[in-house]
Amino acid sequence: MSMEPQIGTAVPSPSPSIGAGKRWGRRVQAVISFVVTIFLTFLGLLAITFFIGRVIPIDPVLAVVGDRASKAVYEAARVSMGLDQPLYVQFVQYVGNVLSGNFGMSVSTGRPVIADISRFFPATLEMATIGILIGVALGVPLGVIAASRQGSWLDQIIRVVGLLGYSVPAFWLGLVGLALFYARLRWVGGPGRLDIFYDGLVSPVTGLLLIDSLIAGDIDIFWNAINHLLLPAAVLGFFSLAYIARMTRSFMLDQLSQEFVTTARVKGVPERVVIWRHAFNPIRVPLITVIALSYAALLEGSVMIETVFSWPGIGNYLTTALLNADMNAVLGATLVIGAVFIFINKVSDVLYRVLDPRAR
Amino acid sequence: MSTLLKVENLRVSFPTHRGRVEVVKGISFALGRERLGIVGESGSGKSMTGRAILKLIRKPGLVTADKLEFEGIDLRAQSEKQMRSVRGARISMVMQDPKYSLNPVMTVGEQIAEALVTHQKLPRREIEARIISMLEAVRINEPQRVAKLYPHEVSGGMGQRIMIAMMLIPEPELLIADEPTSALDVSVQAQVLDIIDDLVTRKGMGLILISHDLNLVSRYCDRILVMNSGTVVEECAAGELANAKHPYTRGLLAAMPTINESRDELPVLDRTQWAGT
Repeated sequence: MSMEPQIGTAVPSPSPSIGAGKRWGRRVQAVISFVVTIFLTFLGLLAITFFIGRVIPIDPVLAVVGDRASKAVYEAARVSMGLDQPLYVQFVQYVGNVLSGNFGMSVSTGRPVIADISRFFPATLEMATIGILIGVALGVPLGVIAASRQGSWLDQIIRVVGLLGYSVPAFWLGLVGLALFYARLRWVGGPGRLDIFYDGLVSPVTGLLLIDSLIAGDIDIFWNAINHLLLPAAVLGFFSLAYIARMTRSFMLDQLSQEFVTTARVKGVPERVVIWRHAFNPIRVPLITVIALSYAALLEGSVMIETVFSWPGIGNYLTTALLNADMNAVLGATLVIGAVFIFINKVSDVLYRVLDPRAR
Repeated sequence: MSTLLKVENLRVSFPTHRGRVEVVKGISFALGRERLGIVGESGSGKSMTGRAILKLIRKPGLVTADKLEFEGIDLRAQSEKQMRSVRGARISMVMQDPKYSLNPVMTVGEQIAEALVTHQKLPRREIEARIISMLEAVRINEPQRVAKLYPHEVSGGMGQRIMIAMMLIPEPELLIADEPTSALDVSVQAQVLDIIDDLVTRKGMGLILISHDLNLVSRYCDRILVMNSGTVVEECAAGELANAKHPYTRGLLAAMPTINESRDELPVLDRTQWAGT
């Protein structure tokens, strides 16, 4: 983009319509390169999962026909699965299958992997999203407060909370949370996504219970889902909060010692504005990276939390598939998680450009 | 001449693990609507003096003074909130390096506008008009275009002129210029100082020009304070600098090269009397 000569600045008075047209041309170019990089990254991801599928010492033919099948049956299955073809042909077929939504059958559930994932992934997505919202909504302000009162008792408390989030095991916090808020206080729902008598009452549209129940107009189910979601999401949120608050604090301390913050104080700007407008705005870009990474980590599915809360999420699904040598399921889930990573990274790239004039 | 600023026995100190270290050790001076130069080497306390007047030394730094009076206001007794109405509006400061002292994610216009609207509520149209005329006053071409730029899109000299515009737009009575040209190219230095000089003289403001450049200060100021390791060693009229008496000032003057130089080696400042500080 920067390679082309900057005619607009060289000519003394460029007509505005040309300038606007150029800018649009640049936007279109940016969108195209954006889509192309997403596609290429995804292709790379496919190559990796394909490669994993070929090098692991699990024979996909054996998994289908069983180890007592005759030689002829084995061969026939091998040919029908396309495994006799050269590798590049297999790869092209694999890419074609994935792009058409065919991830193969899961050996352990006996259903298409894509159907499994579309059932399990939304459960994780829902929990991770609420979790990261809690983490950001609390973690960012806490980090800013800690930095703007560095050394005060408030700062100390926030730092201790951050340290706890780092060092307390997730399953323990989940169990204690269940024992206290569910078993004793009855403030929240127990394990699972819904109470048992609500189960299966709403037809899945998005797979996200909060949205599906609203589509169905069933407020009771909506509240029940929130009730069940709150505790596991809060536990996840606490962990991302700890990380986000810590990073926010250190970014803020760095900014508060910058000269332009002193400039703002020289101008007589109130301290609240100094902190939020002058120190916080420039750190939004690195913060987005931190938040995006913690969100992606939550979307990978926390096996511990999902197990403690009997949450039918992708982390559980992936672990079960791994233990059962269910390769199609493992690769499918890996692919989905990888795609989520790519997507989140790309979104944060776009946000950089919106928030930082230097990155435009 | 009415006194604008009166400083008596100003001390600034910072705690270190070896006890408090005083970086400004009891300096006194008075300033009218004139141009005062403070010169000294790095670490002589000249910048700290500037920041102490604005009460910008943050904890754990400590500022004490027997008198710190600006137009009859005792700055020592001002609360943080009261200080904010002094800062920018009545005393302002041009910072050293525009590369670091301008906010990288705000446009030039936004930053200048902030300096103005922090102190007075004005209709938007008038704010814009004042920004444009202020940018013109610091000799920026195409002010409308420049106001929309971000700091990384302007040159150092232009950045410093923007800084001056930002600091002068609320029309303060005293401007502290803390090494305003040290980060700039020599060819741009004179241009920037001429602008400061011109605006300060035209508006009848007081100016404290902090610098390590003796020539520059004697050219642009009426009076000069020479500082060394936290104290004022010499105070004289700018024209009298050549007749300075203190050995430190004499040493500095002797170390300056001149155009018709016949010396093989420039003398080095004799620091034996400050050894151990």
